[in-house]
Amino acid sequence: MLDQIRDLYQEVVFDHNRNPRNFRVMEDANRKIEGFNPLCGDRITLYAKVIDGKIEDVSFQGSGCAISTASASLMTEIVKGQTEQEAEQLFDLFHRITTGKNGDEVNLEELGKLAVLAGVRAYPARVKCATLAWHSLQSALKNDGETVSTE
Amino acid sequence: MNQPQPRFDLAKARADFPILSQTINRHPLVYLDNAASTHKPRAVIDRIRKVYEEDYSNVHRGVHTLSQRCTDLFESAREKVQTLLNARHSHEIIFVRGTTEAINLVAQSYGRKNVGPGDEILITAMEHHSNIVPWQMLCEQTGASLKVAPISLTGELLMDEFAGLLSDRTRLVSVTHMSNALGTINPVEQIIAQAHARGIPVLLDGAQSAPHMTVDVQALDCDFYAFSGHKLYGPSGIGVLYGKESLLTAMPPWQGGGDMIRRVTFEKTEYNELPYKFEAGTPNIADTIALGAAIDYVNILGIDAIAEHEHHLLAYATEQALKIPELKIIGTAGHKGAILSFTLDRIHPHDIGTLLDQLGIAIRAGHHCAMPVMDFFEVPATARASFGLYNTFEEVDILMDGIRQVIKMFG
Ligand SMILES: Cc1ncc(COP(=O)(O)O)c(C=O)c1O
Repeated sequence: MLDQIRDLYQEVVFDHNRNPRNFRVMEDANRKIEGFNPLCGDRITLYAKVIDGKIEDVSFQGSGCAISTASASLMTEIVKGQTEQEAEQLFDLFHRITTGKNGDEVNLEELGKLAVLAGVRAYPARVKCATLAWHSLQSALKNDGETVSTE
Repeated sequence: MNQPQPRFDLAKARADFPILSQTINRHPLVYLDNAASTHKPRAVIDRIRKVYEEDYSNVHRGVHTLSQRCTDLFESAREKVQTLLNARHSHEIIFVRGTTEAINLVAQSYGRKNVGPGDEILITAMEHHSNIVPWQMLCEQTGASLKVAPISLTGELLMDEFAGLLSDRTRLVSVTHMSNALGTINPVEQIIAQAHARGIPVLLDGAQSAPHMTVDVQALDCDFYAFSGHKLYGPSGIGVLYGKESLLTAMPPWQGGGDMIRRVTFEKTEYNELPYKFEAGTPNIADTIALGAAIDYVNILGIDAIAEHEHHLLAYATEQALKIPELKIIGTAGHKGAILSFTLDRIHPHDIGTLLDQLGIAIRAGHHCAMPVMDFFEVPATARASFGLYNTFEEVDILMDGIRQVIKMFG
């Protein structure tokens, strides 16, 4: 009966929720940020090591719903090794796809693995869960080393 | 299964609520978010329409027939609230937007006048944000401090600690009658007796208690009582502050404007009498009158009969929930209203909420405007099923079945 929602709760989401990748504290991070979604109480701490404009390493900690945990996990997998600029572009694309109106032309292929989260657009109450990690990453990249909060 | 039948005709009552007979995501709606807001019976919806179609005019202002008629309807709603709460006088009933506004009114009027540097306001650890933030604002404005009486792991107020926090500097005690996050019904008689023994007035946040039990403000002897119409099967945007006449009379007005004055010159303004002193500007006329209709509706079924039915639903839901090993109930007080707050192992409440919604089941997932309660139980959020007069035992079964499906899906 819950099958209709498999467009959002795909196996990949469950997998990343159960075994989040890059789920650890990073001692030598040069960027660290607390992301907080006051609506649902989701909290994440995002760590990144950015050297010469390149994301050498990225990890996260925190507690959240399956969507936000899977999104953070997938994000860290994908942006690791990317330049700040590439990550920024991906964020733009991801943001457009998760918040876009149905019928907006989006190329899911560009999103690669992230495409599994595109289904969230049909659940407006959950879009913030999917984008929390990305907003945190964006703030972390904009900021040089200090701890800031998105609260 | 042989469940206790309510003393009112449940099928007929359900049919009084037009919104209930719809499907959500291809399933019949199972509405279990009554602590957030309740639905409206036809009588309330029709009353609003009738006000605008037949009775509407501004109140307290005109000599013409409609103005008089509308004023009479408006004031008769006040009397209905007076009767509901068993207040001594109808002028002790102040119409406001809701519980939140009522508490802010007391904080800014009573509080600003009577609270100073070094004084204390005492609340509890299970308050809704609307019974926390107005006091924090008052404390910031006056240099007073906010004291918080702790709760136990069952979600009950620790009465010894509460008594220990009452001091010579306590100027007001403000507690929830019934917790929206946990369901706990507080021992308000005892709280009021202890506070009064030291001459401290008590405000009861009745947002959750007004819809679920008989409230007698004279028997309770509370000094202020606040509730919201929208949780009592009435419209949103209308609520009530009850205050004892002696306190309200001594309090300065909160907002200035029309209706709250007796005579205005540029040198000096004389304020109107109670309750108008606290009702500046054109009020929410139609919704106030419709709140009266909601009270009539509740009285026809009987608030005691409603409370009894909800109690049976809660007992049944609790019993069924305990059969699900992955489920943990948050809030297990001995004396509870019809609220079942819970978490599931390794499944975030938001996921529960989204998935149950797919089955047409509306519950609340989140912090329920009680973040300190979530922090205390060390959970980011809970899922909450809250019952109203129109809920059925079958709906409890549907909820439990839905929860099992969610658990299965997460594997
Ligand atoms: C215990 C409690 N207090 C206060 C409120 C605030 O009520 P309102 O939002 O109607 O002002 C609520 C409802 O949300 C509540 O449950």
